[in-house]
Amino acid sequence: MRLPPARGVALSLLLLTAILFPLLVDNPYLVSVVITAYVTAIAVYGLDVMLGYTGELSLAQGGFFGIGGYSAGILMATYEVSFWIALPAAVVMTAALGYVIGLAALRTRGDYFAIFTLAVGVMIVIIIERWEGVTGGTDGLIGIPPPSSIGPLRFDSLTAQYYLVLFFLVLTIYVVWSLVNSLVGRTFVAVRNSEELARAVGIDAGKTHQLSFVISAALAGLGGALYAVFLGYIGPAMGGVQMTFMMLVYLMIGGVASLAGPLVGTLLVTGLMQFLQAFAEYQMMALGPILVVVIIFFPKGLAGLAKLLPERWRR
Amino acid sequence: MSAPLLRVEHLGMHFGGLKAVDDVDLDVPEGEITAVIGPNGAGKSTFFNVVSGFCTPTTGRVALNGVDVTGLAPHRIARLGVARTFQTTKLFPEAEVLDNVIIGRRQHTKSNVLDAILRTKRLRTEAAECRERARQALEFAGVLHLEALPVGSIPQEARKRVAIALALVAEPQLLLLDEPAAGINEEETSGLTALIRKVVESGIAVCLVEHKMRMVMDLSDRIVVLNQGKKIAEGTPEEIRGDPTVIDAYLGGSSHA
Repeated sequence: MRLPPARGVALSLLLLTAILFPLLVDNPYLVSVVITAYVTAIAVYGLDVMLGYTGELSLAQGGFFGIGGYSAGILMATYEVSFWIALPAAVVMTAALGYVIGLAALRTRGDYFAIFTLAVGVMIVIIIERWEGVTGGTDGLIGIPPPSSIGPLRFDSLTAQYYLVLFFLVLTIYVVWSLVNSLVGRTFVAVRNSEELARAVGIDAGKTHQLSFVISAALAGLGGALYAVFLGYIGPAMGGVQMTFMMLVYLMIGGVASLAGPLVGTLLVTGLMQFLQAFAEYQMMALGPILVVVIIFFPKGLAGLAKLLPERWRR
Repeated sequence: MSAPLLRVEHLGMHFGGLKAVDDVDLDVPEGEITAVIGPNGAGKSTFFNVVSGFCTPTTGRVALNGVDVTGLAPHRIARLGVARTFQTTKLFPEAEVLDNVIIGRRQHTKSNVLDAILRTKRLRTEAAECRERARQALEFAGVLHLEALPVGSIPQEARKRVAIALALVAEPQLLLLDEPAAGINEEETSGLTALIRKVVESGIAVCLVEHKMRMVMDLSDRIVVLNQGKKIAEGTPEEIRGDPTVIDAYLGGSSHA
């Protein structure tokens, strides 16, 4: 699978912009907003693997994000485990939990699956809130240290953390891209398009759903762990249902089942919310109409619009 | 004598009090076309669903080459060499014709997530092989020239050919065709008849559910007639044509379909 040259150039420019961003922008607040958007986008990519490519809406994504965050946070703050061990451990824990939940949740499909996973998401928050001895309850968990340095590489500055997060974001996009453009991705899409036909051509639909759900959870875990470490503090809200719905909004606005969608949507909406912050709780009111407009007029999101426009011009 | 390719014994599929399929025996020998006919609601589609694993039968057994496969999941039965098409031609409409057919080869590949992420040689070899096989199947079905078009944009008859190519790309031993000629005209039907004959000549046994009697009579080596879930007759096209029970139940006197 080779990229067409024009896309290759565009991608290189984008990556270059992302690399130069903290050097050109002398505003730590803005940099930290972008870091938050990047880590959330990683989880949104996970949401898209399940929703966009496999066709099932998992509303436990915020919960998995929280589990990734709390796993890394507890390991690092309470047990003083190194970030470089805590991060993969958090991803593995979230994926394993995703596997177990998937065994039950994937007995359902469609709306039932969405409702089931929503309930799972709610349960995860309740457990985080009540299991005070481990999670710090509603007070949250403080004192998560920054990643320890590897040789000369130190991660206590904002710029260094930006690059660390950017690295994992690029890795995530690469993983999703290579999955989607492989026989594995084709299998996901086949199950999404018609589970019946997929089974008739010898595809184990159950296993395919399970695999997609685990990958989806693992990415949420990765995003959550980075989020916890970057903020140095976590509270139960990060695993909440509102987090899930924000991720869903990012994905819908950015574009489902497109490689750029999750990142574009997350950056744009996060930016917009910052812009509207002066309006406090009313900022959500602006988001509603925007979402409605996007869903009605650009059902494939902004990434879909970008694909559509050149076709219109050619005519 | 060795076991037939497909042997169905005392097959019953009951939905509550309704016996959609009731104590049906049927053999599909290698290299032949067996047609299953009957009036609407006779249980033909249910019969297919049971054989291909989409329904677990209430009674009886299904055996492939003498091996019991009753109640196996559809993908397991598919991997044992049974391919099928659906009455309403099921394809992935937004995807290109070639991409649609490639997925039919997936059951013969082993590439997993790690292969995908690391872009291993196995993945690349398998992907190229799937592509090549898919193009061969499309050529066999006479629709290779449409490979780059979205399935949603090609005519109905071409879609039926693509559906057959998708079934064939897995190299099945047995092909189940559920009303392959539904919704296409006379001329297209004879084209499709020729394709099905070519499939059988290539060594694949075909089991066919169809309403178009001319097609059934032209193609079939043997015909099994179902009515209200029961097998009421079985024989060569000539025998079936002259069978009074069949005429009574299905052809209904003078109304020749």
